[in-house]
Amino acid sequence: MSPSPESVLIATRNLTKSFPDANALDSLTMRLQRGEVVGLLGPNGAGKTTALHILLGLLSPTSGGVTVFGLSPIRDRAKISKRINFSSAYVQLPSNLKVRENLKIFSMIYNVPNPARKIDFLLELFEIGHLKNRLTGALSSGEKTRLNLCKALLNDPELLLLDEPTASLDPEVAERVRLILKKIQKERAMGIIYTSHNMAEVEQICDRILFLHRGKTITEGTPADIMRHFNSRSLEQVFIKIVRGGDVICE
Amino acid sequence: MLSVNESLTRIRGMILRYLYLHRRSVSRTLEIIFWPVMELFVWGFLTVYLRAISQGEVSQFIVYLIGAMIFWDLLYRAQQGVSISIVEEIWTQNIANLFVSPLRIWEWMTATFIYSFFKILLIMTLLSLIALGLYHFNFFGSVGFYLIPLAANLFIFGWLLGIATSGLLIRWGHAVEALIWGIPFLVQPFSAIFYPLSILPVWIQKIALFLPSTYVFEGMRQIIQQGNLQPGFILPAFLLNGVYFLLSVLFFALMLSRSRATGRLGRLGMD
Ligand SMILES: Nc1ncnc2c1ncn2[C@@H]1O[C@H](COP(=O)(O)OP(=O)(O)OP(=O)(O)O)[C@@H](O)[C@H]1O
Ligand SMILES: [Mg+2]
Repeated sequence: MSPSPESVLIATRNLTKSFPDANALDSLTMRLQRGEVVGLLGPNGAGKTTALHILLGLLSPTSGGVTVFGLSPIRDRAKISKRINFSSAYVQLPSNLKVRENLKIFSMIYNVPNPARKIDFLLELFEIGHLKNRLTGALSSGEKTRLNLCKALLNDPELLLLDEPTASLDPEVAERVRLILKKIQKERAMGIIYTSHNMAEVEQICDRILFLHRGKTITEGTPADIMRHFNSRSLEQVFIKIVRGGDVICE
Repeated sequence: MLSVNESLTRIRGMILRYLYLHRRSVSRTLEIIFWPVMELFVWGFLTVYLRAISQGEVSQFIVYLIGAMIFWDLLYRAQQGVSISIVEEIWTQNIANLFVSPLRIWEWMTATFIYSFFKILLIMTLLSLIALGLYHFNFFGSVGFYLIPLAANLFIFGWLLGIATSGLLIRWGHAVEALIWGIPFLVQPFSAIFYPLSILPVWIQKIALFLPSTYVFEGMRQIIQQGNLQPGFILPAFLLNGVYFLLSVLFFALMLSRSRATGRLGRLGMD
């Protein structure tokens, strides 16, 4: 059964990005359905952030096709941006503003109805309500990470792109954040693309995995399928097998 | 919600963002006042000295100098208003958040326009008061009603220079930060600010005629000297600003598109 067009959040076809000295993304063809969580895995420099930046309209592809909600990420930015959001370990909210002020400004930018309630709700959800009046720059990196997630959920996005969102969380907080994300994702049938270097977390949160290496898609499937295919007991083993034997697999 | 209302809310959001910044950073707020006031002291006392050692002719020149200094500051601050706002987002690694959000470029630029306008109004008033108190130079009194078209052209030209500077920042990031403070000085010698157009070599005069600022400073001197200005005098400045508006918007769009192609946009503030 082919999915209805409205349920396809992301579709790419032979998506390629070349930089003068690197083929960052090489013929990526993928789809993301509403309500699906797809993990983008791969070693450093595999092209994960490159793929997310293209989807966010921050980067123009060299060739190939890409649509988000059936629209073009750069040309239709005005329409797409209301329905999408992201959080990245490399992007911060202004450090010289208070937590509350930052969220207030972004709730205005996203035209959030009832902003004060929404902000309180999200801060409580990620258990940082007590930091509301703190300067953002004074937060610990784990607290900043959770604040970034609050910003990412302000507009009730249908599609959420997360670039190593739990990179600086301690294992216990990371676990709780994953549960929160998973719960919201289920409730709203949100689509998520998730990159991470933590294989256990990917196994827990992702319905499907796409493994990139040097810009190329090496394998794709559910975590269980992939482990079976590589005859491994964990994704970590798969990861190591792919990276060590990378040249063989890529021909 | 109506899309106009949505735009207005986003513009208000960005203005609020700048206001929060000032409330937080006392040094930044003082700096807005500090530089122009110090500059006025130096230029003002220099003119007082010149007045003391000379007679007649020169005293007119003294008035020009203070007026020119105040107007130059207007141009400079207008250019800074936009480009500092952009570089601030780069410094705080917030720029990707904004480029991914529904904030449109024109809304962002409008916010910088409004915010700079009130900031500059405050500085101009302060400088005029100091000039009046210390040097008995009545800026509003000598330029009068003409102040509005003259100042408007300078402000718009400065803002457009700021948009062009921002394009360079988006395209090249930290590498070109120094241009924020450098670009205004690129037009300074050619705008006949502290001296009349006629003393410039002919080939520089030709360049000068393509700068809206030249008409403003020439106009200012004429008003102080003759007490009036032909209605058509400032028209070329408006026309040139119209042309530069189109050019700076195109330039910004081009720089943004190049930045998207090279991958700079997603990495601004990380190098
Ligand atoms: N703007 C750019 N200019 C030149 N090369 C780039 C640029 N952005 C990325 N690259 C290169 O493209 C490749 C893919 O980078 P990307 O950031 O997508 O990797 P990644 O999978 O996100 O890695 P990591 O796990 O380290 O975050 C790398 O080799 C990188 O050096
Ligand atoms: Mg990355």
